[in-house]
Amino acid sequence: MQLTEMLSLIVKGFWETLYMTLGSTIVAYALGLPLGLLLVLTDPKGLKPMPVFNRVLGIVINLLRSVPFIILLVWVMPVTRAIMGTTIGSKATLVPLFIAAAPFIARMVESSAREVNQGVIEAAQAMGASPWEILVKVILPEAKPSLIVGAAIAVTTILGYSAMAGIVGGGGLGAIAINYGYYRSNSNVMLVMVVLLVLIVQVFQEVGTRIAQRLDRRIRERD
Amino acid sequence: MATPIIELQGITKTFGTGAGAVTALKDVDLTIYEGEIFGVIGLSGAGKSTLVRCINLLEKPTAGKVIVNGQELTALSQKELREQRRSIGMIFQGFNLLMQRSVLDNVCFPLELCGVGRKEARVKAQKLLERVGLESKKDAYPAQLSGGQMQRVAIARALATDPKVLLCDEATSALDPTTTLSILDLLKELNRELNVTVVIITHEMKVVEAVCNRVAILADNKIEELGTVEEIFRQPKSLAARQLIVPGSQAPSRESFGAGRFWRLTFDGSEKTEQPLVAEMVLRTGAPVNIVFADTRALNGRIYGQMILQLPENELAVTEMGRYLTESGVSFEEVI
Repeated sequence: MQLTEMLSLIVKGFWETLYMTLGSTIVAYALGLPLGLLLVLTDPKGLKPMPVFNRVLGIVINLLRSVPFIILLVWVMPVTRAIMGTTIGSKATLVPLFIAAAPFIARMVESSAREVNQGVIEAAQAMGASPWEILVKVILPEAKPSLIVGAAIAVTTILGYSAMAGIVGGGGLGAIAINYGYYRSNSNVMLVMVVLLVLIVQVFQEVGTRIAQRLDRRIRERD
Repeated sequence: MATPIIELQGITKTFGTGAGAVTALKDVDLTIYEGEIFGVIGLSGAGKSTLVRCINLLEKPTAGKVIVNGQELTALSQKELREQRRSIGMIFQGFNLLMQRSVLDNVCFPLELCGVGRKEARVKAQKLLERVGLESKKDAYPAQLSGGQMQRVAIARALATDPKVLLCDEATSALDPTTTLSILDLLKELNRELNVTVVIITHEMKVVEAVCNRVAILADNKIEELGTVEEIFRQPKSLAARQLIVPGSQAPSRESFGAGRFWRLTFDGSEKTEQPLVAEMVLRTGAPVNIVFADTRALNGRIYGQMILQLPENELAVTEMGRYLTESGVSFEEVI
């Protein structure tokens, strides 16, 4: 294969990877964020205790999280076809990625929200804040740095998942690594893909950490 | 001083159910009057924090009525209760400021909850920060402040909605003695100038002594004793009160003194400060004594506490000393 041909393939794969990763992360947050907050809110000791609902939600999330992604990829193919009209390509991969990412994100959000000092929540209650106000004006802003760090972890994890999608005909750098590197035993292609994936992970993690640090007001500027 | 502002009637609070149930408060009745600085003191586990949380219903009492400002809080819906909580400010041991908001925005927070416009809220918050002496820190974040400064911000925040009552839950327990006094002075000043009723929960007698008008002593989940601070100090009736008030209840053990004879003198407030008791005793008997331990305090010109003296070897002098102490009305016993 020509070098230029390979290069354009890699560039295409790079954009596909970003599209799959960020696209599914954003959609998964739309579901995972409220679910995570719901887990905290409906906890038996939470602001709106609903023990049964909380229990059921927790079990459903655990079930989804315990299915290995490679199996999930195959299982949800009918769903993917129904939604996207196809099971091949990066667009189709969005569906299993979303299904895997949403419960993971819900747990990440839950853990960030739980880190918020219980005393601050109590103080807000003492001031007459409603559960909704506490959620929006206390928990979310106070957990912001932790939520951003969590998002960086979520993105890098989903990036890892997206690379697996190549096996069932998904797109992206992972697909190139599998199709050209593994099936055709081209170790150079494999190496380039791995290096690229490593670099992307590094960048996402670094950007996430930096943003979180910059926004966190708990860090003293001078002491 | 005669209008009740906080009334607790038959408050019982039990945590958990069945065999694992823990009773935090047992049938507590308490009335606090408008304009008072009222202290609730007790050792840890006595139920003080639960008691103060029952006043604004952060803890729902298992039984009993809570009336604040003429409103029976225990009969209100969640929404009405939130409304009423705005007239009850609260500060905490851990300050509980919003760490991601600036000092000014922290003080604006309760105003935001009441729907006060941003501009108006900032003006008011600024005034409150001036009131507590922190106007220069308005753009700082809580993490950049000292403990005392954080508590001042918390006080400004608690006062933002012009509450009638300010609840202080161990508000000075995390602060050093000097900062504690300055915070107590501020509370006293706010009480005087804004006529806000202050309820102080503490385990430190010196806090009660410094600012409170009346005090309730909480022990074993009920109010053991209640009265003006002078009354309780002058004549603590319950064991709990004596433990809290009479210093040196835990004197060092006999072994730590070494050889010799020792007497423990107990001052129960019947001695006056102007009487140089020990010096007089030494002069009269002509034999010196060694003070090995002393923990006493003067309250309203009277002495409370205890002192341990090492006696001279001269038996005659010791007998003489015993006679002198008995004459002076000081109780003493040999430390064995």
